[in-house]
Order: sequence, then C-alpha cells, then structure tokens
Amino acid sequence: MDGLIGKRAVQFPDQEEWAALRARGAEARARALANLPDLLIRLEARCRANGMEVHWAETTEEANEEVLAILNRRGAKHVVKGKSMVSEEMHLNDFLESHGIESLESDLGEYIIQLDHETPSHIIMPAIHKNRKQIARLFGEKIRAAKYTEDVDELTGIARRVLRRKFEEADAGVSGVNFAVAETGTLFLIENEGNGRMSTHVPPVHIALMGIEKVLERLEDVPPLLTLLTRSATGQPISTYLNMITAPRSRDEKDGPREVHLVILDNARSRIYADPELRTTLRCIRCGACMNHCPVYTRVGGHAYDAVYPGPIGKILTPQVEGLAHRHDLTHASSLCGACVEVCPVQIPISSLLIRLRKEASSGGVVKGAGEGRTRAEAFTWAVWKRIHASPPAYRVVSWLATRLGRFVPAVGPLKAWTTVRTKPRFAHKTLHELTREEGVPDV
Amino acid sequence: MSETARGRILERLRSASVGAQRAERGAQVKQPKRSRDERVVRLRTMMEAVRTEFLEADRESWPSTVLAFLVSIGAKRVLHGANLFSVAPPDSAAVELVPYDKPIEEWKTDMFSNIDAAITTTRGGIAETGTLILWPSPDEPRLMSLVPPVHVALLDTNKIHDTFADVMRDENWAAGMPPNALLISGPSKTADIEQTLAYGVHGPKRLIVVLVS
Repeated sequence: MDGLIGKRAVQFPDQEEWAALRARGAEARARALANLPDLLIRLEARCRANGMEVHWAETTEEANEEVLAILNRRGAKHVVKGKSMVSEEMHLNDFLESHGIESLESDLGEYIIQLDHETPSHIIMPAIHKNRKQIARLFGEKIRAAKYTEDVDELTGIARRVLRRKFEEADAGVSGVNFAVAETGTLFLIENEGNGRMSTHVPPVHIALMGIEKVLERLEDVPPLLTLLTRSATGQPISTYLNMITAPRSRDEKDGPREVHLVILDNARSRIYADPELRTTLRCIRCGACMNHCPVYTRVGGHAYDAVYPGPIGKILTPQVEGLAHRHDLTHASSLCGACVEVCPVQIPISSLLIRLRKEASSGGVVKGAGEGRTRAEAFTWAVWKRIHASPPAYRVVSWLATRLGRFVPAVGPLKAWTTVRTKPRFAHKTLHELTREEGVPDV
Repeated sequence: MSETARGRILERLRSASVGAQRAERGAQVKQPKRSRDERVVRLRTMMEAVRTEFLEADRESWPSTVLAFLVSIGAKRVLHGANLFSVAPPDSAAVELVPYDKPIEEWKTDMFSNIDAAITTTRGGIAETGTLILWPSPDEPRLMSLVPPVHVALLDTNKIHDTFADVMRDENWAAGMPPNALLISGPSKTADIEQTLAYGVHGPKRLIVVLVS
C-alpha cells in the first residue's frame, strides 16, 4: 500500500487546495443527503423523462428479483458486468448463476477473482491479494488455450481476448454508478479499463445498480468529487474514462443500449440515514483511501473482515447494515489512529463513529442490534479497571503486583484462547512510575 | 413490489429529515488561468504522461497527416463518421475508409474483428487533467472511441478549456446532456495485477490526438 499512499500524496501537494477541495466535496455530499428524498424523486423523474426505467428495492433480495425480471423479459442468458460494489452486496453473480444466467465480471481484477471463486479484498483493487504467479497459474488452468506466462502485459492480453468475445455476445450489461445527478438524470461511471463502457454500451440492455445515497443535486457537484475520488483512490489526476449516461439509444443513434434500467437499492441505508451522526457514513464515495492508509487493513488484508466492504469504511458500515449483535467485533479492529479520518476526501468522522458504535454495542442505542454486544465478563473487567484507575493507592498496589507477579499468570480461560495464536504479553519488571523516578523525574 | 418499496424507502427518509446536517461550503478552490498556448502544452504533457501520442496538423492538411500515420502503423480498415471529411480524402491504396453508416446489430462481429482504427472528432479538451471531451452522436456513434484498437481523435486547439468545471459552466451542460458524453484521458489501462500498469486492456490500446490549429 506504500505505493498508493505515495501516489496519493503527490496528487495533493498543496494543503490549502486539499482543504478547500475536500470541504467542497463534503459539502456536496452533505447537501445531497440533507435533501435525499426530494433528490431521489427528481432523479427518478429526470431519468424517466430521458427514457430510462427506474426500479426501487428495499432489500438485496428485491434488487436481485428486479434484475432477474428485466433479464427474463429479454430472454437474456449472458450478462457482462462492470465493477459494482452494490452488486457484491446483492451477491448478484451467485443469484443469476442459480437461475441459469451467466454473469461475468469484466473488470480485470474482478475477472481474476471470479475465476478463482473469491470475493474482492479491496474495493478499488479487488485482486490485490494475488501475485502474478498465482494469476498466471489460474489463467493457465481456467482459460482454454492460454499459455502460462507471468508477464503482466501478456496476462492482460489474454483477458482482453476472452472478454472481447464476451462483450460482443452479451445479452445485457450490468454496472454500478459512481454519481447520479438529479438535475439532469445522468449516471456517472468512472473507470480506467473500458470494460464499464463495453458493459454499458455494447449489449442491447444496460442495468445500472446504485445505493440510494449515490445521488448528487447538480452537475457542478461532479468535478470536485471526481478529482477527489481519482486522486484519493489511485493517485491519478483523472481516470481514463468518465462515462456519462443520460439516455438509452435515441431513434437516430446507431449504437448504445435500447433499454437503460436504474435499480435504486436501500439495503439498510435509510435506517442509517435516520441518525444525523451516523448519516455521515453515507457520504462515502468509495475511493478506498481509508483502506490504503489503515495500519490494520494493510496487515490483515481485506478478506479478514469477512464483509463486502473491508477496511475503515467497512468497520462503520457493516455493523450498521448487518447489526451490532454479530458484527460489533469489527468496530474494535481499529487502533483509532485516525489515519483514515485524515485522508477521507468527504470528511467522514470514522474514528468518532467507531467509538459511537462500540458504545452502542455494549450500552444500547439506535443501531440495529445495539446492546447485544455486551458480555458480563467484559463489563466486569472494565468496572474493575475503572476502580483501580480512580484510586491512586489501588493503582500503585496493582501495578506493583503486575510488574512483580504478572509473568506468573497462567494462560488459562480467555488468556489461553487468546494465546493459541499469539505470544503472551510480558509485563515490564518495574512500573513506569518507578522507571521515571530512577531517571530523576519526581512524582507529581 | 417496486412501487411499495419506493413508498417505504421515501417515507423512512422523510421521517428522518429533521436535524439534517449540512456542511459548510468550502472556499473556492484556486483555479489556474492559462493562456491558449499554455492550455495546449498542459493538455499534451498530461496526456503524454499516460502514453497518449500526438500529431500536429492544420485545418486543411489533417486528412493527409492522419492517413500517412495510419499507413505507417499498418492499419487496413479505418472507421470514420459519415460526415468527417468535408472534401474527399486523399486516395490511399493501403487504407480502406469505412463510414459508420448502419446500426451496430448489422455488423457487430465485423466491427469487433476487422476494424483496425477509428477517427473521431472531439467536442474539446480539458487542460488541467489532459482530457478529451466527446459527445457521441448519430454521425459519430458511441462505440467508435471504444472498440477499435486504435483511436485517432481530432482536437481543435481553440477548444481546450482550463478545467472540467469551466467547460460545464461555459457551455451550460446542465441545460441538456446528450444521451452519452465521455471524458477520455488516455488509452485504456489497468493496474489490477500487482499494481503494475498495463495499457490496452479492454478499450483502445493506442490513443492518438491530432492537434488541429
């Protein structure tokens, strides 16, 4: 990730520009959220007037059914997909395959992991956990007539050859949406490869999937967010392509899809929206900078989170979507170092939200499953901790005992489980107070 | 299903709208003001950094410049918009010029397999990021700048704007967007394998900008 951190830093050399730009970006997202219901209605009306069809889904199941119904009406059996994190939320590929429809990822990284039956480990670079040897072996095994090569250009060439045929033959294309502008009813898709354009313009039907939060009020909100997104994500001043889709093929056009469908998915977002503080989660433009800069993510990797969205944004989003009962552990996968907060281009206060969610997990609140993360052992431990830290004599006694006898604590109970995969921590031989006193620093 | 889902989602959003947070609008981002020549240089520098190639020509000579280039790279069949040439282009035995004059359904395989390059015009450029602006039209359809492995784009050097925000505002895009609009800032590329940059993954492998002045 060091490479990406460096590339991003090069793109924001001027701190004043960075501050002004992200303030604009945050303002555009916050304004869109403040007017969300009205903007969604305006977006729907504009898109319909432009000739698109608009569908709404409360759950991922409903969204899958909407997509299936559209495909069945056209008798579509082969679908090509551009990158879409919403489709990952829906597990759309598995759903379509179970209904006998081929759903092929065409972003190179997504294509690679789909061949290996995996999920993305990063929202921008889905196959970042694989090296070229693994990809070379995978292509050699899974792609007919592909010779073994570890050359990146040749591997890319193999994927190009296979996927070009698939684009040509596809009955429908599915994509995500980066921004949807209510003012004009335009869908913005950002990409480097061209697979998104292939998926949205070659097949006769295009289905775009978006979360309800993706809407922007005005066209002029796009340029600051576009530059924030590409610079934050991959350190590029701009992506190779910005694909702006406002309408299906008009009567005199010679190509482009004859039908464009927009599926607007809620999937717990309207619940997150209800709380003004938690709502800031929905500002996210999915740049992935928080992951690239996270000391936890860069060590454990994206799959360790066992969630669609890994890294800091996943740590605040997943527990809110799936509930704190099962996912409150994610809120603790952070040292609260604040690196993500510093780089977030839309100023999401990730650390504060993590603390809020930790608190709700044990003490109750508005988030789904609030209070269900409470355990008696943990509550008891912290109650004791609080006592000790509130009383200087108790603190002195306990810290003296810990430094003298701590190494004899046997690994039983929770400590045993904990040490099965970790080294047991060692106490210092003297307390910090003792050590500083020896250095000549008087007690206060 | 759809109508009731719509109603329930909007109702939940509406009931939550009280206490909506609004962020302060940040200061205007400083914008460089460049002269026409500086804009050309900036666009070229930015695009060359991502492997875009450049040719220079004037309003009369560009067809021969472009054809000479196409011959030099061995392009045999070259796609162009129906109204690209105001006068008949110079005859070339080596290059067959194919106008895009029928719906894609009638020749999809031919386009994917047998077209070596395409020539399109552009609506303008953006200096700041090194970007071409294309508004595909019935004359110059959407796939021309995507499917052929080589894309030759004509750019009028008088139509290079400073920033994306400038061109949106100056041309009042909000008043009416075309069915499809594109910003193109180089040949197709990817870094999905070990973060190693590779060009020509799905779209054109080469992008050649012809600066017409």
